[in-house]
Amino acid sequence: MTTAAAVEVNARSIRRIALSHKLSRWDVRFSPYLYISPFFLVFAVMGLFPLLYTAWVSVHDWNLIGGQGDFVGLENFVTVLTQGYFWNSLRNTFSIFLLSSIPQIIVALGIAAVLDFNLRGKTFWRMGVLLPYVVAPVAVALIFNDLFGDKYGLINSAIMGLGLEPVRWHVDVIPSHLAIATMVNFRWTGYNALIFLAAMQAVPRDYYEAAIIDGANRWRTFRSITLPLLRPIVIFVILTSTIGGLQIFDEARMFDNVGQGGASRQWQTLTLYIYELGWGQRNFGRASAVAWLLFLIIILIAVINFLITRRIAGTADRKLRVRPKGIS
Amino acid sequence: MKRFPRSTLAVTVAGAASFALVMSGCSAGTGTEQSTGDNVKLTVATFNEFGYDDLFAEYEKANPNVTITHKKAATSNEARDNLTTRLAAGSGLSDVEAIEVDWLPELLQYSDQFVDLASDDVDERWLDWKTEAATDADGRLIAYGTDIGPEAVCYRSDLFAAAGLPTDRAEVAALLGTSWESYYAAGEKFAAGGTNVPWFDSAGATWQGVVNQIPNAYEEEDGTIIATENPEVKEAYTSVLEASTTLSAHLGQWSDDWTASFQNDGFATMLCPGWMLGVISGNAEGVAGWDIADTFPGGGGNWGGSYLTVPEQSKNQAEAQKLASWLTAPEQQLKAFASKGTFPSQLEALESDELLGATNEFFNNAPTGEILANRAAAVDVTPFKGEFYFAINDAMQQALTRVEDGTMTPDESWAQWVTDVEALG
Repeated sequence: MTTAAAVEVNARSIRRIALSHKLSRWDVRFSPYLYISPFFLVFAVMGLFPLLYTAWVSVHDWNLIGGQGDFVGLENFVTVLTQGYFWNSLRNTFSIFLLSSIPQIIVALGIAAVLDFNLRGKTFWRMGVLLPYVVAPVAVALIFNDLFGDKYGLINSAIMGLGLEPVRWHVDVIPSHLAIATMVNFRWTGYNALIFLAAMQAVPRDYYEAAIIDGANRWRTFRSITLPLLRPIVIFVILTSTIGGLQIFDEARMFDNVGQGGASRQWQTLTLYIYELGWGQRNFGRASAVAWLLFLIIILIAVINFLITRRIAGTADRKLRVRPKGIS
Repeated sequence: MKRFPRSTLAVTVAGAASFALVMSGCSAGTGTEQSTGDNVKLTVATFNEFGYDDLFAEYEKANPNVTITHKKAATSNEARDNLTTRLAAGSGLSDVEAIEVDWLPELLQYSDQFVDLASDDVDERWLDWKTEAATDADGRLIAYGTDIGPEAVCYRSDLFAAAGLPTDRAEVAALLGTSWESYYAAGEKFAAGGTNVPWFDSAGATWQGVVNQIPNAYEEEDGTIIATENPEVKEAYTSVLEASTTLSAHLGQWSDDWTASFQNDGFATMLCPGWMLGVISGNAEGVAGWDIADTFPGGGGNWGGSYLTVPEQSKNQAEAQKLASWLTAPEQQLKAFASKGTFPSQLEALESDELLGATNEFFNNAPTGEILANRAAAVDVTPFKGEFYFAINDAMQQALTRVEDGTMTPDESWAQWVTDVEALG
C-alpha cells in the first residue's frame, strides 16, 4: 500500500521533473527568439509589410486619391526606366552622395584627431561639432540658401566684389550639387567626427607611447596606429552614410522654392523624383516603381560595400596581429 | 543627409488603405447620429489667412449650440497635402475644408467626395466664373467661393520718373495700354530711359497672366490633352520669351533672389492680383514708390482665390453647409476683407461702398478696392483647368525658367516640355 503510493508519488514527481526539464529546455531554446521578437514584429509591420505593399502598388495603376486601378504588370517600371529623369536623378544622387560622403569622412577624421588631443574645454569642443546635427535640415537649408543665392547670395556678392563671374548655383549642375553637398556635410561631419572620436579613445595609449619612444611623429602615429585600428568604425560610417547619401531629400527639396530639383532637374535626387511622381503627378504606381528600384540599388551598393569591407577588415586583422610585434 | 525612409511612401499608402478599411467600418452607423438642436461641434480647416477668426466667435454667439474648432495650415501646399492624404484615407477631414483654385480641378474629378452645396439662397451670390469653376460635369456645386485674385499692374513710380515716364496712375494705365504688345512696348520705352532696371520680374509670372486668358490652353473640356499642339500656347510661349530676353529680370517667382530683389530695385512692374499687394508691401518694406495701375494687358485676368467645401466625410453636413454659406456671404466676406485684405468674389460685396472706398497706404494711397473691383469686372475668360492643368503648367514654368537661365534655347526647352507633358499620360 505504502509502496504503491510511493511509486505513484515518485512517478508524478518524475513527470513533473520531466516537464520542468522540457520547459527549461524550451526556455533555453526559444526565449532568445522571444526576446528579439519585438524588433522583428515591429519590422514586419513597419518595414516588411510596406516594402511588399509598395511592390504590390508598383504593378498597378494607382492614383493618390483614386487608389488602386488596373493591374499593369511591369509597365510602371518600363515607363520610369525609359524616362530621362530617372537616369538623370540617379546621376544626381550619386554625384551628391560622392561629393558629400568623401569630404565628410576625411574632414570628420581630421576633426576627430584634433579633438583626440588634450584640449582645454574638451566637452565644449565636442558639443560644438555636434551642434549642426541638432539643427533641423530644413533650417540648415534656409540658412544656406542665403549663402547660395544666384544674384543676392552672400558668396556670389563676395565673388562679384572680387570682380569675378558669379557662380550660377541654381542653374549649373556641379555648383548645385556642391551647394547641396555643403549643407549635407555641415550637418553630418560633426556627427561622424564624434563617432570616430569615440573609436579613437578606445585605442590603447600604450601603442602611441611606444611609437613616440621609437621616434614616430604625430602624422606617423595617426597613419600607422589610429587609422588601421579605426577601420571597423570607418566601415560602419561609410555604410551608414551610403544608405543615407542615396536617400538625400530635404536639402535638395529645400534648395529652391519649387522643390523639384531645378528647371532642368539639375539636382533632382531619386527621392525627390519619387516625391514628384507620387505627390506632384499623384501617380503612386510609378512612384512605387522608383522606390523599389532605389531599394534594389541600395541593396546592390550594400553588397558591394560588404564585399569590400570584408577584404579590408581582413587586412586590418592581419596588420593588427603584426603591430604588437613591431612595437615590442 | 536626411535618412528618408525608403518605406515612407509605402507606409503612407498602407496606412491610408488600412485607415480606409477601419473607418468605412465604423462610419456606417454614425451618419444619422446628429440631429438638429443638439450641440454641434464643427471643425474648419483653412490656410494662410482667411480673416475668419472674429467671424467664428460671432457665429458661435448667434448659434449657441455650435462650437467651432479652427485648424489653420501655414501654407496652401500644406493644406493641399493634408486634404489629399485624408481624402485618400477616407477620414480625418474637417467639416469645412478650404481649398485653393489651383488644386480645385484635381478635386473636381472626385467631386462625389464633396457635398453638393447648391441651394437657392446662394444662387447668383458670386461672379459667374467663380461658381462655374467649382461646378462639376453633373452640375453639382462642390464649393462656395471666398476670395478672388483679379489682376492689375503694380509699378514703381520712382523708377518710372527716373526713366522719364509718367508716374500718375491714370497716365501709367494709358501708357501700359490693354494689350500685351502695348505692355511690352512700354517696357522698351522704359528700358530706353537708362535706369538699367528690368521691366518685369520673370517670364513665369508673365506667363501666368497670358495663359489665364486662353480658354482651353492645355486640355479640351472632355479631358483630351492638347497642350503641345495648341497654336495659342506655342504663340504665347514665343511671345513671352521674346519679351523676356530684353525685359525680364530673370528671377524665378517666389525664389529667394526674387524676394531679395524687392529691396534692390529688381524690376519696375509686375502683374499683381489683389492678394499680391500684401506680398509686395511685405517684401518691399521701406521702399517708397510702389503704385498700382487700373489696367491689365490682354483684358482681365484672375490669379488664385479660394473656396470652402464640405467633404462627404463630415458627420454634420447640414450644419457645416450652413456655416460655409454664412462665412461666404457678402457681409462676412467684407469683414474678412477689412481685416486681412482678401478680395471678395460676391457680386453684392463687389458693389459695396465699403469695398469701393478702400485705399492702400503703401501703394501711394491708391483706391485699391475700386481698382480691383474694376479688374474683377474685366475678367471675361474662364480658363478651363482639367486634371492635368497643374502638372502641365508647372512643366511649362520650368520650360520658361530653362530659357531664362540660359541652360536651353527656346526650341530645346519646348521639346523638353513636350516630352514632359507626354510623360504625364
